[in-house]
Amino acid sequence: MARMKFLCDADRCIECNACVTACKNEHEVPWGINRRRVVTINDGKPGERSISMACMHCTDAPCAAVCPVNCFYTTADAVVLHSKDLCIGCGYCFYACPFGAPQYPKVGNFGSRGKMDKCTYCAGGPETDGSKEEYEKYGANRLAEGKLPLCAEMCSTKSLLAGDGEIIAQIYKERVMKRGYGSGAWGWKTAYRETIES
Amino acid sequence: MASFGRFIRLALGAWALLLLVSMASASAQQVNPTASSVKEQQLLQELNRIQGRVSIPDQRSGVLEQPQGREWRDFRNVTLRWIGGIAILGMIAAIVIFYLKVGMVRLEAGRSGRTIVRFNAFERFVHWLTATCFIVLAISGLNITFGRPLLLPLIGFEAFSEWSQWAKYAHNYLSFPFTLGVVLIFLMWIGGNIPNKVDIEWARRGGGLIGHDHPPAYRFNGGQKMIYWIVVIGGGLVAASGYALMFPFYGTGIEGMQMAQIVHSIVGVLFVAAMIGHIYIGTIGMEGAFAAMGSGEVDVNWAREHHSLWLDEQMARTGPNDGPRQPAPAAAE
Repeated sequence: MARMKFLCDADRCIECNACVTACKNEHEVPWGINRRRVVTINDGKPGERSISMACMHCTDAPCAAVCPVNCFYTTADAVVLHSKDLCIGCGYCFYACPFGAPQYPKVGNFGSRGKMDKCTYCAGGPETDGSKEEYEKYGANRLAEGKLPLCAEMCSTKSLLAGDGEIIAQIYKERVMKRGYGSGAWGWKTAYRETIES
Repeated sequence: MASFGRFIRLALGAWALLLLVSMASASAQQVNPTASSVKEQQLLQELNRIQGRVSIPDQRSGVLEQPQGREWRDFRNVTLRWIGGIAILGMIAAIVIFYLKVGMVRLEAGRSGRTIVRFNAFERFVHWLTATCFIVLAISGLNITFGRPLLLPLIGFEAFSEWSQWAKYAHNYLSFPFTLGVVLIFLMWIGGNIPNKVDIEWARRGGGLIGHDHPPAYRFNGGQKMIYWIVVIGGGLVAASGYALMFPFYGTGIEGMQMAQIVHSIVGVLFVAAMIGHIYIGTIGMEGAFAAMGSGEVDVNWAREHHSLWLDEQMARTGPNDGPRQPAPAAAE
């Protein structure tokens, strides 16, 4: 089985937000929630850099560790998913997440945040693969159809890579070798406790 | 004519510049165009978080990375469980040992049959309002920390989730009457709870818990003053930190909420431990004590043994004829 990861080649990201739009459209993500977003550091200044970020599907995921009702589970592809039926909307995963992935449909309504929503790596949820219930709660299950996450598929500069960690790391390494520079795999140290030597 | 000459010069200059740029890029294939850009490790070392601008409406998502959630995770899953476990089980163990060795603190003179008002109806209402809210808040709060390892394996995912959902709603909504109760307790009993010299004597004699000692006390003795300040300060802290968590991003970011959760949970478990002690003394720990908050009237002998100075005050106020019995020495002489 593969160990699925995301890798954003920050030297190629042009902040076009195609990944954000693709994700919102594919999963019909509720208004106000963005499972993926592009952050631009030093915007408009020399040294500007944009990175596309979503749930990184961490190794030994902090969200799963702190969840009071243990609603998270890791798939055979190492994708971190959760059950909205079990989630009580307490907010603990969002205190623990290093990437700001967990979000709630209702913020600040006497703590009635609603069920947590986050990137599913286009892998749906605990319901039957491709079922209507799964789509309504978690969005499309592309992984079950043998497809990779749409954000990476739609990336206009092929900056965002999704797939087995070793394969996308190899692609990234080859790119760095060929062009002679690279800023590393953003978030990998925090998420997977490893970096790509380049 | 002068303007045409200027145009020619400009056009030539532009062409020359274009040529120069294309030559430069051709000669330098391996130039890193983002060499001066920020690096992840450098940003994390500087601030332990990476933040930027986003073009979506949710500006809070501009925080790209904040690895300190890892330390908070250790606190929540390891440190807090130790603190809470030791505080609560330690308190229960201490009470059980004390009860088995010393037993209930009896009224030495027995019941006189005459009573004196200790807490009026409003005071009792506020006490029980706060107390019932506290018990629900304590159980639902402990469920968040200890439910997953202790209760979930017993009742299963669905049932535990259902229960936790209701517990969370109870925890959120009962926080409002609880906070009201703490504020009212603060206001209505502040007068009798300012520490004074009598408390030093009371503390020096161990509060009279060991043996048959009865150090003098006004309306509230040293121990009760401690409970009062635990409720006021602890209640204030859990309320403030709790509301920070209940209204995310109103004045706090994620780090602020992690800090709030740390304060809320530590104060919470210590509060529970202290209240277990309070409940013990108010019920099976001391004969005649429960009446103070039950009917509101305590036996005069109970008042004499535990709050002698307060009883004297009350007697002086109501007058000798009205009082049940005058203090013994005055009558004998």
